Amino acid sequence: MTQKKLDEIKAAGENWRAKRSKLKDRDARFETVSALPVNDIYTPEDLGAFDYMKDLGFPGEYPYTRGVQSNMYRGRLWTMRQFAGFGTASESNERYKFLLARGQTGLSVAFDMPTIMGYDSDHPRSLGEVGRVGVAIDSLADMETLFDGIPLDKVSTSMTTNAPASILWCMYLATGEKQGVPSDKLTGTIQNDILKEYIAQKSWIFPPHPSMRLITDIFAYANKHVPKWNSVSISGYHIREAGSTAVQELAFTLADGFAYVEAGIEAGLNVDDFAPRLSFFFNSHIDFFEEIAKYRAARRIWARRMKEKYGAKNPKSWMLRFHTQTAGCSLTAQQPENNIVRTAYEAMAAVLGGTQSLHTNSMDEVLALPTEKSVQIALRTQQIIAYETGAANVIDPLAGSYFVEALTDQMEAEAEKYFEEIERRGGVLAAIDQNYFQQEIADAAYQYQRAIDKKERYQVGVNEFVDTSEELDIDLLTIDPEIERKQVESVQKLRRERDNNKVQDTLDRLRVAARGSENMIPCILECVRAYTTQGEIVQALREIFGEYKEKPTF
Amino acid sequence: MARKIRVLVAKPGLDGHDRGARVIARGLRDAGMEVVYTGLHQTPEQIVEAAIQEDVDVVGLSILSGAHMTLFPRIYDLLKENGAEDIMVMGGGTIPEADVKALIEGGWAAQIFTPGATLESIVDWINTNVNLN
Amino acid sequence: MLQVSKLLEGDKRTAAKMITLIENDGEGKQQLLSEIYPHTGRAHVIGVTGSPGAGKSSLTDELIKRARGDNRKVGVIAVDPTSPISGGALLGDRIRMQEHALDKGVFIRSMGTRGSLGGLARATRDVVKVLDAYGCEIIIVETVGVGQSELDIMHYADTTLVVLTPGAGDHIQTIKAGIMEIADIFVINKCDLGNTKKMMIDIAQMLDMSPRFDGRWRPPVAETSVKNNTGIEELWSLIGQHLEYTQKSGELDQSVRNRLSMEVVEMAEEEVRRLLWEQFNKNGSMDDLLDKLAQREADPYNEARKLVQNFICQIPNGKEL
Repeated sequence: MTQKKLDEIKAAGENWRAKRSKLKDRDARFETVSALPVNDIYTPEDLGAFDYMKDLGFPGEYPYTRGVQSNMYRGRLWTMRQFAGFGTASESNERYKFLLARGQTGLSVAFDMPTIMGYDSDHPRSLGEVGRVGVAIDSLADMETLFDGIPLDKVSTSMTTNAPASILWCMYLATGEKQGVPSDKLTGTIQNDILKEYIAQKSWIFPPHPSMRLITDIFAYANKHVPKWNSVSISGYHIREAGSTAVQELAFTLADGFAYVEAGIEAGLNVDDFAPRLSFFFNSHIDFFEEIAKYRAARRIWARRMKEKYGAKNPKSWMLRFHTQTAGCSLTAQQPENNIVRTAYEAMAAVLGGTQSLHTNSMDEVLALPTEKSVQIALRTQQIIAYETGAANVIDPLAGSYFVEALTDQMEAEAEKYFEEIERRGGVLAAIDQNYFQQEIADAAYQYQRAIDKKERYQVGVNEFVDTSEELDIDLLTIDPEIERKQVESVQKLRRERDNNKVQDTLDRLRVAARGSENMIPCILECVRAYTTQGEIVQALREIFGEYKEKPTF
Repeated sequence: MARKIRVLVAKPGLDGHDRGARVIARGLRDAGMEVVYTGLHQTPEQIVEAAIQEDVDVVGLSILSGAHMTLFPRIYDLLKENGAEDIMVMGGGTIPEADVKALIEGGWAAQIFTPGATLESIVDWINTNVNLN
Repeated sequence: MLQVSKLLEGDKRTAAKMITLIENDGEGKQQLLSEIYPHTGRAHVIGVTGSPGAGKSSLTDELIKRARGDNRKVGVIAVDPTSPISGGALLGDRIRMQEHALDKGVFIRSMGTRGSLGGLARATRDVVKVLDAYGCEIIIVETVGVGQSELDIMHYADTTLVVLTPGAGDHIQTIKAGIMEIADIFVINKCDLGNTKKMMIDIAQMLDMSPRFDGRWRPPVAETSVKNNTGIEELWSLIGQHLEYTQKSGELDQSVRNRLSMEVVEMAEEEVRRLLWEQFNKNGSMDDLLDKLAQREADPYNEARKLVQNFICQIPNGKEL
């Protein structure tokens, strides 16, 4: 735009503002859900030195602001991937078949807490938690059941596991072997992002250094043997759920990503050998434009840093590919049907932001695990966006919006400030040790709750438009306590019937690897093949690596 | 020095969702209470021991793992075994209405706050129910 | 009713309730403490002080483990700051020590600083007595680690650890005067984080300049890393050596006597102060007197003397206050 045109706009804008300022605004806070103030209008003036080719470019081209594929959803729609899992492996297997039959295109496994924390189902700490928030997997036998009748060369599978990621991944590889699918044909993702566990989600087992070693071991093994696998899904989702702002989610997640890149390089890997397999996982909260700007900024920042700072040469290393889940923390227990509407807007933001795959929450997830009916509505929500709304026809349709571009720039600038602070503190691990992220998030979460309590921020059905006569009339899924007993029995039976000498041998071999510096993955794979349970493997590693202890943060 | 209400905020179970527990801990502090926080992944035994040693008036449990029907009764029973059933147990988290009813009617919990409860309502409940004499 | 006999039997709930009574300055506190007193004086009290973030809780956790390894019963008092605005407090030190929660030989109590720091020092001293009578052989007091509280530690600790971290060099300058008076052992914790040499030299120079250590216990410096599990054994042995040295040299005895004299006079002072206020407020003509003082018709110096004289005259010979 010429200076002359800009001056014209400026003059007209001043004129308009003089008139507009006489009108009284509603008594409300005009800010994003992250408490970022927004203007009443955005014009070319807000774009500053906006440079189309430098800041946006074209889809599938550096810096990928407009998307990672050049044809985006015209080529292939995003993967509709509903996170699911509960009870024993056979119950979850049925749910997966249910979802696949209804047009879901990828699987996403939710494990129960004992599995996530590295305890077998019969460990005293597992009491009452087996199969509750996900599926209980103790050994390869359970993993085989979980994918029974689901050909692993035909689906891609995402597994939400972090501290024991290496073990569950090895079980998946071994299940592939049993089905006759070689590991280089397997596609999917393991979350495997331990940094955000220390920062936000708190499902850790080992201290940071051995945890990072397990992750770089996975990078190296995947590069050689499972090349189509996403070896980490660097997650902002849980950071946001823990109460962060959008900018914090963006900045802390990317900072974690850079930390993995640095760890890989330090472990002697070539950046282009593993960076193309790094993937991301973001939250989609209720503030529509803020979320879209966040995704666009994320792609641009990642591309710039990977190319310029880490010297990646392969364009695939520059591309930030991500999965999105709508925000669990935006849902309300009151009038739960309203959650369908919230989720629809959040899903739309993810699509307009160019996500590669999407999970839409079910309306009842704030109350219990979702029923089949509510899962189906959630899946249908995605299908309506994909097939009815027209949102998938045009690539990055909000580009050029003065507001969206200004907000994208602002997100990037604010994230850069956080990167500087993290660097000043000595990097991500040091900042975790200083409780920096944890404190920033705790502060944001507390401010948010205060704002809701004081009605400075509205939540429909919670602090406004409250229906006191409301009675819940949706069905909730209940988990039969029998499931725990059955699973405990089955793991104990397994321990009696397997070749226990072989189990001990594989564990001894793993201990040697863990004490030294060789790649631990082949040893874990041997353990798994011998039906060593994941609790036994974790315990062996716990004895060598120790356990992480949290720091008090409020 | 005046009498102060002491509350133990505990996170039993294996999940790490401590956003609620931390926000509550901070809110109770800002309401003038002394809040002992025991951290994540606590067993019922650890929680009850801490409650006794810290001589708290209230134990607040945050449970999102679905294990509430196991944990509340277990904690209540342990308090009773130690002659400490006068310590009130309140809770919050993803707990369906029917379970809330069962836990309160069974006497396992004195009060349960479900998602959407304000900090003020929790503070008020504690102030009303703790006998300061 | 709280029974001292139950405390002596090691009843946990009784100990906890007595501590609450002390913290609240509740009724019957003096009576209770005087009953407990004969059963105290056995524990070795270790004070752990140092700035926030120095890793005091983790170090305390390690000391608990070490003491339990020797099969000694341990009490811990962990102090966190009370918010001056709300009067509430977040007591989070326990997180680091929760693995001992089920150990019958460990009793952990978190305390807020509450009102005045002088009050805290008194309350801590009294809580130490409860834990002592309860049977704790080692009592670790983890201070809040700011300002005046660091000096209060000498009111109850037999051995005081000052915990520092490498790179906190400038901090040492600011707290130098205070810590020189109280440190029996310096601990450079988190020594995995950086070079400890400069700090060692700084501490040595400070010690060289202080006359306090001529021919006496010169505070040694322990380097510890909880993360790498190094130096804890050495620190534990230094703590033992310090106790042995102070026992043999008679310094422990002397400092116990000093503390007791302080304690008696302080409590007497408090009591007299209370009675003086009572007397002053009771005087019906107080408003007149204040008017006169304000108008400069009377002066505080003579009035103070008169108040004391009146006060003394009112105590009949031999009668209890």
